[in-house]
Amino acid sequence: MKKSLLKISVLVVSVLMILTFSLAAATTAAEKKVTLTYSIWDSKQLPSMETIANNFTELYPNITIKVELTPWAQYWMKLDTSITAGGGPDVFWMNVFMPKYASNGVILPIDDKIEADNIDLGNYPEALVELYNYDGKQYALPKDFDTIGLWYNKMLFDAAGIKYPDETWDWNTVTDAAKKLTDTSKGIYGIAARRTGQEGYYNTIAQAGGFVLSPDKKTSGYDKPETIAGLKFWIDLIEAGVSPTIQQMTDTSPVSLFESGKVAMLYDGSWMAIEYGKTNEYTKDKVDVAVLPKGVKQAVIIHGLGYCINAKTKNPEEAWLFVQYLGGKEAAVVQAETGTVIPAFKGTQELWVESMPSLNLKVFIDMLSYSVPLAGSINTPKWWDVETKYFTQAWTGKISIEDAAKQVATEMNALLSAE
Amino acid sequence: MESLKSNQKNKIKARFRSKRKYNDWMWAYIMIAPLMVGIMYFYFIAFFQNFFFSFTDLNAFGKWSFIGIANYVKILKDPTVWQAFKNTAFFTIVSVPISICLALFVANLLNSKIKGRVIYRTLFFLPVVTMPAAVAMIWRWLFSGDFGIINYFLKMISIEGPSWLNDPKYAIFTVIIVAIWSSVGYNMVLFLAGLQGISPTYYEAATIDGANSFTIFFKITLPLLTPTIFFVLIISLISTFQVFDLILMMITDTSVALEQTQSIVYLFYKNAFVYGDRGYATAISIILFFVILIVTIAQIKYHSKWVTYDV
Repeated sequence: MKKSLLKISVLVVSVLMILTFSLAAATTAAEKKVTLTYSIWDSKQLPSMETIANNFTELYPNITIKVELTPWAQYWMKLDTSITAGGGPDVFWMNVFMPKYASNGVILPIDDKIEADNIDLGNYPEALVELYNYDGKQYALPKDFDTIGLWYNKMLFDAAGIKYPDETWDWNTVTDAAKKLTDTSKGIYGIAARRTGQEGYYNTIAQAGGFVLSPDKKTSGYDKPETIAGLKFWIDLIEAGVSPTIQQMTDTSPVSLFESGKVAMLYDGSWMAIEYGKTNEYTKDKVDVAVLPKGVKQAVIIHGLGYCINAKTKNPEEAWLFVQYLGGKEAAVVQAETGTVIPAFKGTQELWVESMPSLNLKVFIDMLSYSVPLAGSINTPKWWDVETKYFTQAWTGKISIEDAAKQVATEMNALLSAE
Repeated sequence: MESLKSNQKNKIKARFRSKRKYNDWMWAYIMIAPLMVGIMYFYFIAFFQNFFFSFTDLNAFGKWSFIGIANYVKILKDPTVWQAFKNTAFFTIVSVPISICLALFVANLLNSKIKGRVIYRTLFFLPVVTMPAAVAMIWRWLFSGDFGIINYFLKMISIEGPSWLNDPKYAIFTVIIVAIWSSVGYNMVLFLAGLQGISPTYYEAATIDGANSFTIFFKITLPLLTPTIFFVLIISLISTFQVFDLILMMITDTSVALEQTQSIVYLFYKNAFVYGDRGYATAISIILFFVILIVTIAQIKYHSKWVTYDV
């Protein structure tokens, strides 16, 4: 009796064990469930990013993507703090600040993965691929690019009887138009002379033949006369009285002024297309965009975001699968169709242009041929602050632009040599 | 026989008493243990960690190496830090006395049995419990140069209002106004408590002797309130020296007025989180700590000269 009971129990246990092991084996054969955190900062792009994430999960059902939106003002602080704490998102947006992250080894170089999966980097504009290359290693796949255009208020142009801007316009034309459009009795200005680099004076600096940062990222271009000429373009506009003062533009942002019809022309990025063309009630039927007026030559600042992988991610394989998908054609098409940004992937830009037929969005693509990448080094926030400090004083007329530029060059060179 | 028994009894009682006392102490420590652990870690240990890192070049990602007193030397030579100290000192010297005087005045008024004093007390205390972000947003809108309500009303009496938040000469006063507005309620509550600690017999005696309200206030109320004033002065100075959130939320970071308005803690935030220079930032915070420490010690040392405790 006992012996047979023993035999039966041994049999039952071994069967159970075989079953358990085969079940376990079956589960390990199927992929493990992974959740990746994906960090972004633009609320306007949240819907398209979630669509892309859902499409990706349909292809790879075991990988769920958690899209985290952190407003721009807190994005970098949150990213730095979470990375220092040993965590941080698995995949996140990166921009011109990349050198800081690459030099500290907190993002993953992806050259080996690009080679292994035969990614063709020729599918993206060269300037963008280079933007995300540091010390010979590639750290991100380009997501989108943006250029700067001359946005204008057609209603105000019609009222003043001026022809709309086109590709023949240069600095003199735009200054004349601004003078004709300014009507101080109504509080309307011809143009907003913004004290910002990417949307403002970086473009005119390049158009005057100057530069902000040398290609080797070791010297500042602010003491060169061509650079100063590019800055002076805006000071002249303020002195001519055709632009709001910098105090007015800090109290009320240039975008708000443009959207309330107080400013007739505004240099702004392609990323504002949805805001000006669809969302804003005032501008959506009144504005259009043209190429930037040329200076000594034609130039425009190009920048674009990239997708980076956290060096400490627990799921590098899955993170790379997602980044590969994000950088691919399908994701680019989703971005183009929602009109949020111009995707970097070749051949998908036309969809973006057609997403808002009321606006002449083609100009942003036309400008690619003479685009200059946005300058960045490891200490970019520091010398951006130096620019703010001195150029704000020049914009208020407290110091001359020449003095301001030379001061900026001195301090910027000191910061660059400390890198 | 009897003494032996009572001795034994005493010893047992003594042992029982000290065991009870021991139990009491043990439970007391257990009860405060969670709080003590938190304070130990987030305040004491964090402070010494900060102090340590002020001698390094700690960066945004935790990398650091020893650099001795280089940060402190840099602070001495940095005009931005000096200006921020001046801004903070000016801000404190103007807002604290005004806030205290106003709170004293209001507390005195609301201490008498007037109708609706509970409502008034609540109204005065509301700014204290309102979210700083909401406070800053609303005041920012009110003070807006071109489109704000304050300048609109000024225009109606034909005064051209300045750019409150973006004119370097005015911005700090704007922040001071909002700081006073949000702190009067808190100080008022403390003064009300102090006022109610004054025995009414003094007032009775004074009225019998025929004193008027001014004499009563200056000769009786104020001297007996000096302990409370002393307390309020200490905590107000300590917290006002650390002003940060109002400036962060009311002044744009690219504003012309920032250099003349930014406080020491704002500079700490900028260096630590925008520039990533966390070693330098901690050195700034350590200097602020010593400044506040010296001011507080000076106050405590000389307080007996003007504070009268129970007469």
